Amino acid sequence: MASKRRLSRAILRANRAGRAAFIPYLAAGDPSLAATGSFLEVLREAGADIIELGVPFSDPIADGPVNQRAAERALAAGATLPGILEMVRGVRRTGLATPLVLFSYYNPVLRMGPAVFAQAARAAGVDGALIVDLPPEEAGAYRKAAGAAGLETVFLASPTTSEERLKLIARASTGFIYYVSRLGVTGARESLSQTLDEELTRIKRVAAKPVAVGFGISTPEQAACAARGADAVVVGSALVRLLEDAAPGQAAARIGESARALAAALVRGKTRGG
Amino acid sequence: MSAARKGRFGEFGGVFAPETLMGPLDELSRAYARCRKDRGFQEELSRWLKDYVGRPTPTTFAARLTERFGGARIYLKREDLAHTGAHKINNTIGQALLARRMGKSRVIAETGAGQHGVAAATAAAAMGLSCRVYMGEVDMARQALNVFRMRLLGAEVVAVRSGSRTLKDAINEAMRDWVGHVRDTHYILGSVLGPHPYPLMVRDFQSVIGREARRQTLAAAGRLPDLAVACVGGGSNAIGLFTAFLKDRQVELVGVEAGGEGTATGRHAARFAAGPGGGRPGVLHGTYTYILQDDDGQVRGTHSVSAGLDYPAVGPEHAALFASKRASYVSVTDQEALAAFDLLARTEGILPALESAHALAYAGKRAPGMGKDAVLLVNLSGRGDKDVHTVQATQEAADGF
Repeated sequence: MASKRRLSRAILRANRAGRAAFIPYLAAGDPSLAATGSFLEVLREAGADIIELGVPFSDPIADGPVNQRAAERALAAGATLPGILEMVRGVRRTGLATPLVLFSYYNPVLRMGPAVFAQAARAAGVDGALIVDLPPEEAGAYRKAAGAAGLETVFLASPTTSEERLKLIARASTGFIYYVSRLGVTGARESLSQTLDEELTRIKRVAAKPVAVGFGISTPEQAACAARGADAVVVGSALVRLLEDAAPGQAAARIGESARALAAALVRGKTRGG
Repeated sequence: MSAARKGRFGEFGGVFAPETLMGPLDELSRAYARCRKDRGFQEELSRWLKDYVGRPTPTTFAARLTERFGGARIYLKREDLAHTGAHKINNTIGQALLARRMGKSRVIAETGAGQHGVAAATAAAAMGLSCRVYMGEVDMARQALNVFRMRLLGAEVVAVRSGSRTLKDAINEAMRDWVGHVRDTHYILGSVLGPHPYPLMVRDFQSVIGREARRQTLAAAGRLPDLAVACVGGGSNAIGLFTAFLKDRQVELVGVEAGGEGTATGRHAARFAAGPGGGRPGVLHGTYTYILQDDDGQVRGTHSVSAGLDYPAVGPEHAALFASKRASYVSVTDQEALAAFDLLARTEGILPALESAHALAYAGKRAPGMGKDAVLLVNLSGRGDKDVHTVQATQEAADGF
């Protein structure tokens, strides 16, 4: 995968076309790595600008019940970080060009070694990574390794992030900033933050980087609402949930249908149909 | 990069937390740093420890146990006599006072054996804070008495059904709760674990154990102990004991981990055990420390007869003491701990917590080889009433019921 800045460019391309970029999330290896590989193609067809792939971890403290169960299923099915990279290498060989971001906890990356991870991920065709329990203050070695390998970095910001740390997060994020729209773990919420637009304005004042909003966005209505101020919108648990509930053989169709509706909702200045 | 070294013990420790917790952890660090230096806070804490917890707890010369082993004079630091029956109350009183100063109206806690949950519920009741305790389903079954005690104290006990359904999963769930309620909630973490400032703060609150024990041993035995022993789950009672002796280089410090069914079986919680069965450095629950994990960095399941030691990581300061060799770490099996439980009951009339029985079992291995002038100090971190049911079940199984 040749050129750099693929994440920010994918977001910018969507924004120029009058929409927020769509970033669906799936837990890699749920129910199997082969299935995940085929879902990636479904998500691309449905209009994904970037796809986020969760690396399963035994103790996912930032995740709600839906993503916890997905991680348990993936681990039970034998998913590992090297196995996930191998799957990515496979889908790149078959021509999937959509930028990919890994969403991981730090320990699997640490076990592999940050430098080995960054090189291997990049070589497999991964464009960037978000390590949910690695704040910029502790990320020195990782950032260096990612920089050397050309792996883009994504760091989280939240409603409790101070202005000072926002600057640090903006500097550390070479891909985009991932804004956690609600206090809490991943998973569906009934409503979005009432003050999301103002919060995004606050971030944009400090950070000249694209901002994706996620955690708690599950419906096209919420996605449309977030798309007003965000450069990109992440939808995770809602899709993972579909996969969990789908009858055998129906998962791909259900995910495709839902992803198309979410992608359509991100077009700005238009009421959503469907 | 001084910010990156925050809360480090050697290379261990740090702040490996999701972003939503970084602000609240910083707020907690600042508030605690202020209280640490504030005479008013320290006096208030001392008053609570004296008038409410019942400190100082005694250090008891165990005459019949000493005679039985025929070696070193054995002294027991009696944390079992603190209010609620274990050392955990030293920390929960400190953190509840801090929570109150920070204007938080709600506290949450995780618990394994239930001793920390009871201590948190107790402190919350005494200070008028609402309290929710997360506890693994497996632990709720084996520590049913403590579950009832927490409910009597007005706490809500929430069963955790994810993962291994033990202490580590209870911590996961408490952290998730905290992420969602940081504005009005303080998380009373029960051991020297987690992101900064917890390992430092909990150590400070527990170090009263060692300060008292050092003074009391000097007064009773006329000398410092040659060997000080404590069990290590997360490691708060051990750090509480060790801290006072760190500069006394002649005092050997030993932490005792849960060997479960033996470290060769894989069914244990001995993070410092040598070889492929032992732990390796990694990040869990916000801190860089020794962790039982597989080759892919997934956290391994653990086993111990004692719920309070059944945890795959260990406090980062212990990792640093292990690396610097200032303390050493050993393990004893479930069977050895159960035998020590039995022995202390019959020779001294004290039912120890199964956690503390691990420390006693190791003391029993060392005492006979030490001279009669030598002094061996054991931290009796809690009482064993909560474990009577477990001990009964294992004895009945052994008797072939």
